[in-house]
Amino acid sequence: MSRESILAAIKQNQPESEGLPDAKGFVPICYDNPAQKFSEVLTGIGGKIVSIESTGEIIDYLNMHFTEADRFATVLDGIPGLEKLILPEDARALDGIEVAVIAAGFGVAENGAVWVTEKEMHHRVLPFICQHLAVILDPATILSNMHEAYSKIGQDNYGFAAFIAGPSKTADIEQSLVLGAHGPKTMTIFLLSEK
Amino acid sequence: MNVGLFIPCYVDQFYPGVAIATLQLLEKFGCRVTYPPGQTCCGQPMANSGYEHLSDSCSTLFVKNFSSFDYIVCPSGSCTLHIKDHLNDDASAANAGNIRKRIYELSEFMTDILKVEKLSACFPFKVGLHQSCHGQRGLYISQMSELVAEPFSKPGRLLQMVDGLELVSLGRSDECCGFGGTFCVAEEAVSVKMGKDRVDDHLKNKVEVITGADMSCLMHMEGILKRQKSTVRVMHIAEILTQW
Amino acid sequence: MVNHVSLSETFNKDEERVNWHDETLWWVRQKRDKAVWQIPEWEELRDMASQIKMNALSNLHDYLLQFEKNALANGMVVHWAADADEHNDIVYDILAKNKVERIVKSKSMLTEECHLNHFLAKKGIDVIDTDLGERIVQLAEEAPSHIVLPCIHKKKEEIGELFHRFLNTPEGNADPQFLTAAARIHLREKFMTRRVAITGVNFAIAETGEFVICTNEGNADMGAHLSDIHIACMGIEKLIPQREHLSVFLRLLARSATGQPVTTYSSHFVRPLPGQELHIVLVDNGRTRQLGRPDFRNSLKCIRCGACMNTCPVYRRSGGHSYHNAIAGPIGAILAPNLDMKEYADLPFASTLCGSCSNVCPVKIDIHQQLYKWRQVLTKEGHTPAAKTAAMKVMAGTLSRPAVYRFAGKAGRWFMRNIPWLTNNRFNPWYKQRDMPAPPKESFGDWYRKNKR
Repeated sequence: MSRESILAAIKQNQPESEGLPDAKGFVPICYDNPAQKFSEVLTGIGGKIVSIESTGEIIDYLNMHFTEADRFATVLDGIPGLEKLILPEDARALDGIEVAVIAAGFGVAENGAVWVTEKEMHHRVLPFICQHLAVILDPATILSNMHEAYSKIGQDNYGFAAFIAGPSKTADIEQSLVLGAHGPKTMTIFLLSEK
Repeated sequence: MNVGLFIPCYVDQFYPGVAIATLQLLEKFGCRVTYPPGQTCCGQPMANSGYEHLSDSCSTLFVKNFSSFDYIVCPSGSCTLHIKDHLNDDASAANAGNIRKRIYELSEFMTDILKVEKLSACFPFKVGLHQSCHGQRGLYISQMSELVAEPFSKPGRLLQMVDGLELVSLGRSDECCGFGGTFCVAEEAVSVKMGKDRVDDHLKNKVEVITGADMSCLMHMEGILKRQKSTVRVMHIAEILTQW
Repeated sequence: MVNHVSLSETFNKDEERVNWHDETLWWVRQKRDKAVWQIPEWEELRDMASQIKMNALSNLHDYLLQFEKNALANGMVVHWAADADEHNDIVYDILAKNKVERIVKSKSMLTEECHLNHFLAKKGIDVIDTDLGERIVQLAEEAPSHIVLPCIHKKKEEIGELFHRFLNTPEGNADPQFLTAAARIHLREKFMTRRVAITGVNFAIAETGEFVICTNEGNADMGAHLSDIHIACMGIEKLIPQREHLSVFLRLLARSATGQPVTTYSSHFVRPLPGQELHIVLVDNGRTRQLGRPDFRNSLKCIRCGACMNTCPVYRRSGGHSYHNAIAGPIGAILAPNLDMKEYADLPFASTLCGSCSNVCPVKIDIHQQLYKWRQVLTKEGHTPAAKTAAMKVMAGTLSRPAVYRFAGKAGRWFMRNIPWLTNNRFNPWYKQRDMPAPPKESFGDWYRKNKR
C-alpha cells in the first residue's frame, strides 16, 4: 500500500497553506426572468420546452410526438394516462423504455440544466437509458446561476444526483453535432405552472 | 526627458531604417535621445532557447549601457518584454531593477508617456496590424482576444492618427505568426505554416502593407511574402508613423 | 528520432489536412469565446478557480485524508497508487478477484497516462472504450490526439471506413449522424452485457467524499449505473475542498472546452447502488514530485478542458500525436517532462511562447511561463543537443562583447552565419520556404556613428 508514502511526500512537497478566495464582492450574473433565459438556453442546446398548466396535458403531448406508447414510463404518482413504473429486479430491463417522465428539483437559467437526485430517478440509470427523456419542472424553481444552485443543494444527502442539460450528444465526428449519443435522443421539459 | 535608445541586434543589422525612424519619432516628440554605442542584444535568443544562464554577460552589458536614462525605449515588444521579465545583474541589482521598470516598447511609450494624441503623418494605404504576441500578451500593448475585457490597442490607436491610413480588421485578430525565435528554424515546418496562414489572413483582407511593433515577426512574414513574390510590403510601425 | 519536430513535419506534408485540422479547432476556440462573453464575471471566475485549486494543492494532505474518510463512510473502497504500474495492478486485481474479463470504460485521461488498456489487453481483459471518439481511436489502434476531442484528427470518411470494417456499416457511408447511431447500437449492447465499468473523475470533493463526472454522451452514467462494480480512477490533484466549489468549476469547464454552457451530464456519485461495489483509485504517478517544484506545481490545477490545445497555433498545425504523450498541447508539454525529462525534452520547445494558452486557461495556469522555465531546466539537466549548446556559447560570446559584435556583424555577415534563425547550413531551414532579409549597406550603429556623433 502506497498510502503512507504518498501522504508523506505530499506533506513534504505541498506549499504553505493558502486560503480560499473571498467571495465577498463577487456578483454572478442574474437574470430578470430566469425561466425565459432557461428556455432560451435549453433550446439552444437541443432541448425542448413545453409549457403546460396541468399534468393531464402530458399524455396528449407524448402521444402526439412519440410512438411506442406502451413503452412510456413514469416514476411519478398521479400523471393522468401514465402508469407508474414498477422497477424491475434488473435495471437492464429498463432498456426498452421509449419515454421516461421524471420530475426535477430545480432548473438553472445560465446553462439550461435541471437538478435531479436519485429520489426522482428511482433507478439511477433511468434518465440515461430511456430513448427520450421528459422532465417536469416548476418554472418558479428556476435559479439564475450555479452558485445559487449549490446554495440550494447545500448538504443534501443524496446517494447520486446529476445536472442534466439537454439530450445526450456528441460532436466527436468532425465536430458535427449529433443528438442522441448513448442517452436520450431528445429532452423535453414540461414547464408546469398550475393555475 | 533623457531617453536611451535600445535597438535590437537584428534591427541594427538588417533594418537600420526602423531604428532611424524610431529615433526621429522620439526626437520629434521632444525626447533627448542617446544611442549607447556599446549595446548588442538583450539576450533573449539564448534565454528562450533554454540558455538563460549564458545571457548573464549580455545582461551585465545592458545594465552598463542603460543605467543612466529616464526611460529606455525599444522598437520591439519582444526584446522589451525580455528585459522587463528577465534582466538581472548580481553586481548592480538596483540598476537592473530600475531598467526593468523604465523600459518601454515604442508604441506604448508614445501613448502612455508621451501622451501622443496627434500625428502629422500621412499614409494612404490599406494596412493590416500584426499583433506580436510578446508586446500584446506580455506587455499588454493591446487587449487580448482570449479575455473577457474591453478591447484596446496602443499601436492601433497610433495608426488611426495617420491620415489616409485604412486599418483593416483580420479574421484572427491576434494569432501568432510562428516566428518564435529559434522556433522558426528548429520547428521549420510548423513555423512556416503559421507564417503562411497569418500572411493569408492579411492578403484575404486586401492589405497593401503589414505593420507591427516587432520587426522579427515582420521579417518572418516578409520572408514568406517575398518567396511568394507578393507585392505586399512589411513596415515597422515607426516607419509608418514617420511618413510626414 | 521521433520527436515533435519530426512528427509535425510529417503532419505538415498534407497542407490541406493541416488547414482542416486548424480550422476545426479554431472553430472550437471561437465557440469558447462566444460562450465566455456571456459571462461578464468570467475573469473573476477564473481567479476564484485558480485560488480554490491553490488552496486544494497547498492543503492536499489533509483534504485527501478528509476525502478518504468521507468516501469510506459513503461505502466506497479507496485505493492508493504510487504510480501507473500500481494503478494498473489495483484495477486488474479487482477484475481478477471477480473473474471479470470484459469491461466497459468511459473517458479517463489518467488511464491513458497509465496505459491501462494496453496493460489489461496483455492480461487478456477485453476493454471497450465507450466515449465515441475514444472508441474510434481504439478501433484504429491509435491514441487520442486531444483530451476532449479524442479523434479530432480523423476525417469522417476514415471513421466510416473503420465502422464498415468493425461494425458492418455500409461501405462509403460517412454521415456523422448515421455513424453515431451505429455506434450507439454497438455500444449499448456492451453496456447491457458487461459487469464492470471504469470511469475517470473530473472533481472529487473532500468535504463530502463524493466525485463528479462530466460527459455529454452519457456513457459514464450508462456504464456506472448498469455495472456491478464501478472503478473510478483519479489523479490526486482532482480534489477540491467543498461541494459548493463545483459551482465555479462547472461554470468554467464546458465553456472553456467546447463553448457549451455546461456538459449534458454532471453526475455526482456519493454512494454505490445497493449491492454494487464502488472503488476509487487515488493515483500519484509523479504528481507529488510536481507539487514539490515551485515553478511547475501550478500545472496541477489543470481541469483537462483542452482550451489550451484549441487555441494553440502550434497544436492546431502539428496535431495531437506530435506530442507523443497521453496529454498533448501546451498543458501536455509542461506535464510530460515531469514524468520523463529525457523522453519529453522536446515538448517545451514546441511552442512560440505566444501566451494564448495561459489566457484561455480557466484556472489560470501560467503555461507559457512554465514552458520557458522547463527549457531552462532541461538545458541545465543536459537534455539539449551538444551542437545547440556550442552554438549558443558562440552567440553569447559575441553578443556580450560590443567590439566583437561590431566587427563580426558588419553588414550582417556574422548574423547570416550565426544567429540561429539564419544559420546558413548546407540545409538552411529558414531559406527552405522563406527569403532572407537583404543585408543593408550599413548597420544602424554605423549610421549613428556617422550621422549623430
